[in-house]
Amino acid sequence: MNTIKPSICLSETSKNALRGIFRGAFLTTLAALSATIPAGAQDHDFITVVSWGGSYARASVKAHHERFEQETGIQIKLDEYNGGLAQIRAQAETGNVSWDVVDMQAGDTLLGCDEGLLETVDEDTLPAAPDGTPAAADFLDVYDVECGAKSLVYSTVYAYHDDRFPEHKPTTMADFFDLDKFPGRRGMRRAPNANLEFALVADGVPASQVYEVLSDAEGVARALRKLDSIKDQVVWWEAGAQPPQMLADGEVVMSTAYNGRIFNAWALEGQPLTIVWDGQVQAITYQVIVAGTSKLELARQFVAFATATRSLANITRYISYGPLRHSSIALVDKHEETGVAMGPHMPNAAQNIANAVHEDPDWWADNQDEMNERFAAWLIK
Amino acid sequence: MTISWSSLSSGKLALWLFCGLVFLFLVTPILVIIPLSFNAEPYFTFTRGMLELDSQAYSLRWYEQVIFGEQWQRAALNSLIIGVAATALATTLGTLAALGLSSPALPWRRPLTALLISPLIVPIVISAAGMFFFYSGLNLTQTYSALILSHAALGAPFVVITVTASMAGFNRELLLAAASLGAGPVRSFFKVQLPIISPGVIAGALFAFAASLDEVVVVLFMGGIEQRTIPREMWSGIREEISPAILAAATFLILVAILLLIAVELLQKRSTE
Amino acid sequence: MFNKPRTTAILLALPLTAFILVTFVAPLGSMFMRSLYDPLVADIMPGTVAALAQWDGTGLPSEQVYALAARELERAREERTIGKLATRLNRDTSGLRSVITRTGRALKRKGGAPWSESLPTLHAAWGEPAIWQALARTGARVTPVYYLNAVDLTFDGSGAIVRQPEERRIYATLFIKTLRVSLTITLLCLIIGYPVAYLIAQAPPRQGRLLLVLVLVPFWTSLLVRTTSWIVLLQQQGVVNDLLVWLGLAPDDQRLTMIHNMTGTLVAMTYVLAPFMILPLYSVMRGIPAVQMQAAASLGASWPRAFYRVYLPQSLPGVGAGCLLVFILAIGYYITPALVGGQSGQLISNFIAYHIQTSLNWGLAAALGCVLFVAVLLLFLLYDRVLGIDRMRLG
Repeated sequence: MNTIKPSICLSETSKNALRGIFRGAFLTTLAALSATIPAGAQDHDFITVVSWGGSYARASVKAHHERFEQETGIQIKLDEYNGGLAQIRAQAETGNVSWDVVDMQAGDTLLGCDEGLLETVDEDTLPAAPDGTPAAADFLDVYDVECGAKSLVYSTVYAYHDDRFPEHKPTTMADFFDLDKFPGRRGMRRAPNANLEFALVADGVPASQVYEVLSDAEGVARALRKLDSIKDQVVWWEAGAQPPQMLADGEVVMSTAYNGRIFNAWALEGQPLTIVWDGQVQAITYQVIVAGTSKLELARQFVAFATATRSLANITRYISYGPLRHSSIALVDKHEETGVAMGPHMPNAAQNIANAVHEDPDWWADNQDEMNERFAAWLIK
Repeated sequence: MTISWSSLSSGKLALWLFCGLVFLFLVTPILVIIPLSFNAEPYFTFTRGMLELDSQAYSLRWYEQVIFGEQWQRAALNSLIIGVAATALATTLGTLAALGLSSPALPWRRPLTALLISPLIVPIVISAAGMFFFYSGLNLTQTYSALILSHAALGAPFVVITVTASMAGFNRELLLAAASLGAGPVRSFFKVQLPIISPGVIAGALFAFAASLDEVVVVLFMGGIEQRTIPREMWSGIREEISPAILAAATFLILVAILLLIAVELLQKRSTE
Repeated sequence: MFNKPRTTAILLALPLTAFILVTFVAPLGSMFMRSLYDPLVADIMPGTVAALAQWDGTGLPSEQVYALAARELERAREERTIGKLATRLNRDTSGLRSVITRTGRALKRKGGAPWSESLPTLHAAWGEPAIWQALARTGARVTPVYYLNAVDLTFDGSGAIVRQPEERRIYATLFIKTLRVSLTITLLCLIIGYPVAYLIAQAPPRQGRLLLVLVLVPFWTSLLVRTTSWIVLLQQQGVVNDLLVWLGLAPDDQRLTMIHNMTGTLVAMTYVLAPFMILPLYSVMRGIPAVQMQAAASLGASWPRAFYRVYLPQSLPGVGAGCLLVFILAIGYYITPALVGGQSGQLISNFIAYHIQTSLNWGLAAALGCVLFVAVLLLFLLYDRVLGIDRMRLG
């Protein structure tokens, strides 16, 4: 009797409590969920455009995203990534494609195309130059791909902070690997790309023969051995926005970086950073469309817009990446905010390409995954 | 009481000194964030001007960015939605379960308690990995529902623990007394039992909410761009583009932490009195 | 008779039990499935895999197998599953990705019966037994290979279990490193936590409460905030280095490197986990009557002796609880090492995340997760056996 009575109370009360609490919880959940649908998304079309973040993303927004939104009424949601196909593969795998257009490196574009992760883009559907030259003839004769529209040329270089080297300044790729002459920590991208090339150039391989050497059985090991010589002094970065930050914070004395990011930190924030062009790895990016997107037509519309003459020329008013259209190159002028002439800061300017490595998309498409794996294993050794 | 060890005073001094250093270690990291969030420069370091207390070196620009920036507003809203919904779910289910667990009549009490508390003990990376595989099999990644359910599962153990603890001090005879005075079961639950366990329920809810507000691994694995929460935004901020905006957001989170702490302390004080 | 209190109790516990089973146990189950069950190759190339079961594994398979493989590869290209297939095979044998994708591309234009002659012209690899062995190996739906990989083993061409090639052996070392680091952090937490908990427990109530708040503030503060603050403190131009330079303890051009390496991981994790040591210690010490030590003293025991014989043994349950809690939390830590650990400060959790997010080797991520899970489960059971999980308290 004594023990049963309280439990009865509990059972009756708990039913009521249960009902009340459940109703409360359910209503809260419902209210919360309904609040999640933003008003804008119901009225307007939008696409998700993925870029490399930081000052490059800001340049794209100013150069053509804003204009695209105004002219078409289609909203752009900006996401960022640091290259690679991981997120797109994961989206395909989980059947949840949330990206529409991506700014992508050549090797990844080839791989993604082969794997059926990207839509094909026909150059004939892209807008002609203002003078009527068809797109196919207007684009520079660089690496053609099935699944992307040519966009920009950029380069991975290294840069240093002037204050850290008051007397002797580094000038060659070999200097980056020379801890005796230039002591201090270095920033490098946490990826094999460009680092393997840098290591070989620093090890004395002529820029034009880098991929030949890498294709040898011994080539990659040689590059990793060279990287070994500075490994314990390296701080690894992932996002393009990090190197200028690490240089300014004094976290590293020199760092590999995308040339445009260093340019912007120098031009806009007055950071005393200097680019060393020797051994730069020059590469191209494409605008690609993710296969399986529910917004294929909007995505095509955006790609055509973003790779039109004016959009590519506009980019150079905000960041030092070279357009891949002849008609856009003719329009390259000054930096919008500071008035710096942009020509000499382009990766493919004559004075910068003396010892440039031109990235080989085929080699990277064939070897990316294996290199990622070897690099990851090498890192924790 | 007059007995003391000869070495006591020097020993005590050493203890206080050591503990003082530990307290310094515990508190400095939190305090150092706050002044830096007013940095006028876009960097994480104290500038000369800041040290000289030059008003030019301080600015509210990062607070502007956090309060008015669409990105952070969205993140705050997401954190709130997921946190509130997950807390409601966890508190409801957790309170009921704790009532059940406190009953001596419940069979397999020990293993059941272990099961219900396990989300707290399993390393978050494992839970998050499992949830990722599970929800991706159901095509539910990048949805609010998956995040809310996951956070509720991770938060429920807190409620179970706090409510069970408050039930431990509950004298069941009170219900009997209430019944003998003519109170119906519903009335006696609300008038007798609930007031006693409510500090436990609220404390559990606060723990669950704090846990959701702080959770980033599950969001990282499963959330899409639409579901970015405040910690997720801070994560990419730290990894990608460090700016004092993160410190401004962090200062807000410190305030939230202090409020939560005060709330829980008051509740505990109330329940012990 | 119907047992009412029992039924009530069960009904009350049921909703959360069901909820945890669905939203927590089932996910762990699906991770376990992932670690063993991999139907990808068998689903994409069912005919080839079935036919290869008849093959003796040496030399080259028959024309029938070649024809099936060509047909199924072509279909995989059309259905856009060839990428997944290529990724899976490449994981087994490096270099197979490009063999598969290139063959798929070439099949559109070239090739025809007899396939045993034309496939090798599309890519020379089809003329070697290795690719067929790989297909047969990865065709098994249930496979222990991810567990083997998780401990640096693999299958060789003939299906025997061998060690991974030198440059791929990382996980065994990583597990050991994770254990070592977790142990170090547990010890560090104990060293700084014990005296502090003792001090708080001995202090007069008001003072003790105030000191406890100093422990609770970091406990309640967001993990990301606390990790961020260590970046601010420890970086090259950070507060600690600035102080050292200002005090003349370090020259300006030789600032200490304390972050993006193991030091960063150790310092930040000790900081983050210290409250989890102090709080259980404190709650046990609070229950040790001060009068006992005084009694020991009145009997002539020196302070160290009294402490060692009277206080320490009684505080051991708190030491056990705190150490296990910190160790279990440390072993699965991800966020802090990822942000301040640089490369040398990475732990096993970081690789689980890496395989989920970047390499997409989900089978391996699941196997690593399961190994870690079993380790934690053992600790959890130990905790329960020694201290009882139902006595866990917060705050």
